[in-house]
Amino acid sequence: MLGQLILSGIATGSLYALTAIAVVLVFRNTRTINLAQGDFAMVGAFLGIYFLKQLGFSYYTTVLLVVASTTLLGVAVEWLIMRPIAKSDWLTLFTATIGVFYILTGVMGWIWGRDTKAFPVNFDPTPIDLGGALISMGHLYNIGWALAIGVVLYWFFNHTKQGIAMRAVTDDPEIAHLMGIPVKFIVMLTWGVAGFIAGFVGILIAPIIYVSPEMMDEVLVKAYVAAVFGGLYSIRGAVIGALMIGVAENLAGGYLDSSLKTSTAFIMIVVLLAFRPQGLIGVQKRREI
Amino acid sequence: MTLLKINQMEASYGAITALRGISIEVPERSIVTLLGANGAGKSTTLKCISGVVAPRSGSIEWQGKEIAGRSPNWVTRNGIAQVPEGRRIFKDLTVSENLIMGAYTRKNKDEINEDLEQVLELFPLLKERSSQLGGSLSGGEQQMLAIGRGLMARPVLLMLDEPSLGLAPIVISDIFEKLLKLNEERGLALLIVEQNMKLALKVSHYGYVMQLGQVMVEGTAEELREDKKVYESYLGAPEKSP
Ligand SMILES: Nc1ncnc2c1ncn2[C@@H]1O[C@H](COP(=O)(O)OP(=O)(O)OP(=O)(O)O)[C@@H](O)[C@H]1O
Ligand SMILES: [Mg+2]
Repeated sequence: MLGQLILSGIATGSLYALTAIAVVLVFRNTRTINLAQGDFAMVGAFLGIYFLKQLGFSYYTTVLLVVASTTLLGVAVEWLIMRPIAKSDWLTLFTATIGVFYILTGVMGWIWGRDTKAFPVNFDPTPIDLGGALISMGHLYNIGWALAIGVVLYWFFNHTKQGIAMRAVTDDPEIAHLMGIPVKFIVMLTWGVAGFIAGFVGILIAPIIYVSPEMMDEVLVKAYVAAVFGGLYSIRGAVIGALMIGVAENLAGGYLDSSLKTSTAFIMIVVLLAFRPQGLIGVQKRREI
Repeated sequence: MTLLKINQMEASYGAITALRGISIEVPERSIVTLLGANGAGKSTTLKCISGVVAPRSGSIEWQGKEIAGRSPNWVTRNGIAQVPEGRRIFKDLTVSENLIMGAYTRKNKDEINEDLEQVLELFPLLKERSSQLGGSLSGGEQQMLAIGRGLMARPVLLMLDEPSLGLAPIVISDIFEKLLKLNEERGLALLIVEQNMKLALKVSHYGYVMQLGQVMVEGTAEELREDKKVYESYLGAPEKSP
């Protein structure tokens, strides 16, 4: 039982982790707490249904198209909404993302209705025995995807020019600009990466939680809490936080009561902030960006 | 031949005027220094050249072409690199990633790798630490990295803003030795902002002394060395001999 709860906790936690990574990436390059990150994934899930059911595309074509669409969505939000106000204070930026959040929720609800829909690809419950702990195929599949996306992101940030430049902009935007790095383009790319990640999250989470305009609200809050674990700066911290939340809420749900599942993340963040307000993973005080 | 020719350049930050019409020239293959007390406008001059700050008026001619107001991206692509005040290396990037970012505007991968090799040869300390984070380096190593990052743009003119600041004398002489070597062997022109006047006048060919956004005195390094007024009126207290 314990092993199972931990494994399935890691499976959901890895989707929180992907979302948390996107939250951190956008925050540290733009000072923006992006409330719409979850809704990028929600849009992806709706598009997934549309491509699969209405247009009859195969699963992999759908993944490709969804990820391409949400990447463009991220870029468009940056270009149309965030760029004109990029110099404003964080509260203005945050408020703008609340606007995006409601626009996306509203538009998706208007087009596809407010009721929950089942994703046409089913979550595979076939249990697999991993050294005594049973884990469903579907969970294993999600962990695999999350790992693969993690590897791609790692490669991008450490071995490509634009990925390294994105970190350089995080580090010191003024000097990045001096080096000839087009900071505005890099910021747009950052939102694109956030959208890219959201596309996968939407497709992977849809079979678990069903699709509705509000489907990602709780996930986003948990991902945000996970990001705070890394001081909204450290990707490693955010990933560890997300996995801890996934596992802890599963344990609380399994051993105590399922209604405690959601509160777990918040209990964790209250405790964390009381003892280590700078985050779990040592993040020193940084230059204002 | 003149590489860089600045004429009557003015610049301001909002209501604060930082430059009140300065004229400066950097000949090909030369070492020119900008001297002056705090707030004289030395850094602002470099920032105007690199395109970080747009001058309010005046001209900046680079290899015969007017470049005032061009972006740092353009300036870097066209042969001018800057080593900023306070080094400002990317602390969370490795040494080699820092260097690669210096070459961001360049396309030819083979040439970039060639230059990477050369920079690491020039600064063997960096080679040993190439996969370490920039923030873990000592002050002297960070300055070498900042210079190396500038060189990665393959510049014709390298501008350095107070490269000796806060470094031990032995490190300073090591760094300046290398800068001189780059100047002699490759003909790299240098525009060096320094508060350490003795040092600056020892290595450079020509110098400008700035005060409150204006050039007060200019001359060959020799002339400026002899000129007692330079020490007294423009640098505050007379320079203490070490
Ligand atoms: N970002 C800025 N905003 C407002 N004023 C500035 C800014 N940067 C410089 N200044 C002002 O412009 C003037 C010239 O500054 P600058 O940095 O060019 O001087 P400097 O000669 O490099 O001095 P230092 O030796 O201290 O580096 C100073 O009065 C300074 O206060
Ligand atoms: Mg200065």
